[in-house]
Amino acid sequence: MTAGYNTISMGTGRKEFNPKKVRPGIEHYIKEAGQGVVNQIGGAEKIDESVVGNFMAARFNNQAHLGGFVGTIDPALEFKPSLSVEGACGSGGLSLISGIRSVLAETADVVLAIGVEVQNTVKAIYGADVLAGAGWYANRKKGHAYFFPGQFSDRAGVYYEKYGYDYARKGMARWFVNAMENARLDSTAQEHHNNVADLEGLYHKMKPNGASFVDHLNVLDCSKVSDGASGIAIVSEEGLKRIGVDKKDAVEIVGFAQLTRNITQDPPDMVELTTIKKAAAAALKSAGITIDQVGTVETHDCFSIAGVLAVEALGLAAPGKGAEYVAEGKTARNGVMPMNTTGGLIGWGHPTGGTGVHQAVTIWQQLTGKAGSAQIQLSAERPYGLTINMGGDDVTVVAIVYKRG
Amino acid sequence: MNYDERLQHVSVLGAAGKMGSGILLLTAVEMADLSLKPENKGKAFVLNAIDLSDEGLAGLMDYLRAQVLKIAEKKAVWLRSVYADRDHLIENYHIIDQYINDVMRIVRPTTAMEVAYKSSLVFEAVSENKDLKVKLLKQIDQNNPHKTWFFTNTSSVPIHFIEDEAGLKGRVLGFHFYNPPAVQKLVELIVTANTLPEASAFAGNYAKALGKVVVPSNDFAGFIGNGHFMRDALHGIHEALDLAGDRPLTEAIYMMNKISQDFLVRPMGIFQLIDYVGVDVVQFIMKVMNPHLADEDLHSDLLDNMMEQGIIGGQHSSGAQKDGFLKYEKGVPTAVYDVEKKTYVDISQFAASCDEALGKLPESFVPWKNAVKIKDKDTHFGPYFASFKGMDSLGAKLALRYGKRSDAIGRKLVADKVANNEQDVNTVMLTGFFHAYGPINNYFND
Repeated sequence: MTAGYNTISMGTGRKEFNPKKVRPGIEHYIKEAGQGVVNQIGGAEKIDESVVGNFMAARFNNQAHLGGFVGTIDPALEFKPSLSVEGACGSGGLSLISGIRSVLAETADVVLAIGVEVQNTVKAIYGADVLAGAGWYANRKKGHAYFFPGQFSDRAGVYYEKYGYDYARKGMARWFVNAMENARLDSTAQEHHNNVADLEGLYHKMKPNGASFVDHLNVLDCSKVSDGASGIAIVSEEGLKRIGVDKKDAVEIVGFAQLTRNITQDPPDMVELTTIKKAAAAALKSAGITIDQVGTVETHDCFSIAGVLAVEALGLAAPGKGAEYVAEGKTARNGVMPMNTTGGLIGWGHPTGGTGVHQAVTIWQQLTGKAGSAQIQLSAERPYGLTINMGGDDVTVVAIVYKRG
Repeated sequence: MNYDERLQHVSVLGAAGKMGSGILLLTAVEMADLSLKPENKGKAFVLNAIDLSDEGLAGLMDYLRAQVLKIAEKKAVWLRSVYADRDHLIENYHIIDQYINDVMRIVRPTTAMEVAYKSSLVFEAVSENKDLKVKLLKQIDQNNPHKTWFFTNTSSVPIHFIEDEAGLKGRVLGFHFYNPPAVQKLVELIVTANTLPEASAFAGNYAKALGKVVVPSNDFAGFIGNGHFMRDALHGIHEALDLAGDRPLTEAIYMMNKISQDFLVRPMGIFQLIDYVGVDVVQFIMKVMNPHLADEDLHSDLLDNMMEQGIIGGQHSSGAQKDGFLKYEKGVPTAVYDVEKKTYVDISQFAASCDEALGKLPESFVPWKNAVKIKDKDTHFGPYFASFKGMDSLGAKLALRYGKRSDAIGRKLVADKVANNEQDVNTVMLTGFFHAYGPINNYFND
């Protein structure tokens, strides 16, 4: 993979965001992200096919059929294969998987993968209805007004009960603080302008309040509502030569897994992200490495509790010890396992269908030394990166292992 | 008759007006919430929106729908539990639409006052005219067999006059909302010597259900809020007229507006506040209050002069500020009205020289927007205002005099038994006028 590009993640937090003003539509984001990639690979004619990951444009933007917008990126992409894929918030990851499979099948040498979502078209209370589509509709009626925060609030509630409220909140607070501090270092991040002096103090001041939101999470525990897109090129070795990019400016895909859980069933364990656990293990196995060899992880922290639970699902900490692992700073940018180094879903933003691609772009940036102010130092012994992209409540998961080119 | 029963059949008079529409909205939502309680299932709740203007009522229904939508969005979490047994209401927007419907079905817009003859509670929010209020309330009471209670949104007329003249015998009280009622937290509650205790207890519960802060005021013209505001405004006007000995009145108005806003750290200057309320309303309230005051004259020739020239401020239906003493562009004053030349003079022409004449603000100055958030008011405002005493500027002198006068007005409201205590005066000014500190304090003492 190479030539990653992120648009700004637009929404609350950005100084230029004004919910009352007309904003660019989804076509703008697809075009910007696509052209961002095209400009780095010497032209759109080098691309064999394209794939757009998106979750709910059909409701957020009254627009389906996003494959048809690829032609707006460059006329050279017209009359070439282009499709869209959907797996809720894992849609971006599915676009990567789709491209990877094409390259492995040798039906393409250069695939343009895009992930996009434009969510600020509706207020959060209605956005919650749209996003609830990532769950089973038969459960919507009994679900919370803020459906997904409700789902993960329930998970957090069980975690508190099992391991202690203060203990858990300490880890979740640190997760939030890391997200903000990392986002400040990336100019495209939604929380780039964040300048709160005492982040931890702010976090603990805002107690979860079930009367106005959900029982066990506050809004700082949640990912952002975002408009944004990311793009990246998935290329074979042959393709790399075609686009004239040096291997050192690319990352190698050394393993991946895409697993899906039965959406009509409740999670088997409220304090375990079982699909993530299985997918990460499968991806690492296919790469032939262990988690100890991974230098940095981008994980799907749609909620801070999902970050803590991912730490456990990846085997970085034992069950119940994830909060401690995070609280000790081990996932911070200077910790033993830097996670979500440009802010993740809570700090960088969560344009739902775009997130999986954004994660890949961040790993590409970090492994090739292109992360600018957000750059972390990786040791030669741990040259791997890992992305975990999740759709729904641990239903669709895409795990990809990357290595420096 | 319990709380829910009292609110089963209600009428609002003057429902399409600025105050009436807010009262109608709050009452409609409270009644709808009652109607959704399981024990009230099947009972009809009726809220008559009575107004003389058909156009006004049409606008009212638009306003109501838009506001109820916002309210429903905010309480969607609760509404999901309310509608939990309604299988077809699945998504938030289904639930929000249903709630809007459940509020709107209660409201009956009409120009026919006779519908109030069936109500057990009547809110009156017609214009501040005692004779009109008496006429309407009397007519309803004489035709209404339910011994209805009257809550009047009177802002200055003593309630006992209305009670006596309309023959209501304890079934009336003053329920004075602040503008706009849907937003402002303050309600002044005024009972007469005869008001039924159960009516005032109900009023307290009703205000609490609406999330309001209730301050009891005694039944003297103007009550606490206008009792302070009118005298405070008159002080500002008199100071401006005095300053105008040396300079044009336009400049003096600019300077006193600046003193009362910046130096005194208030949300807006006194002339802007008069414009916001409306020159006509201020003149009118003074006129209503004045006959009831033995030892002072609440009257201003300058206000009369403005009225004669038709420069009256107030707001457009969009909520934008109309020009009055000051001219506004996007809510910001840009010019001052010259009553002699009958034209506006741009502030930019004289701002620099006026600001220089007033002198600088103390270094510890914090603008109102930030100052309202300060928790320990005394620690900030004590030293801030004390620093004026060591300054020899015109601005410092005017500010100290203004603060002292404001304090004296507040203390007199307590001495005259309009307010029960100093705290009530401060609460009214803090919540009803968004002041950053209460007028009764020790900041301005010599």
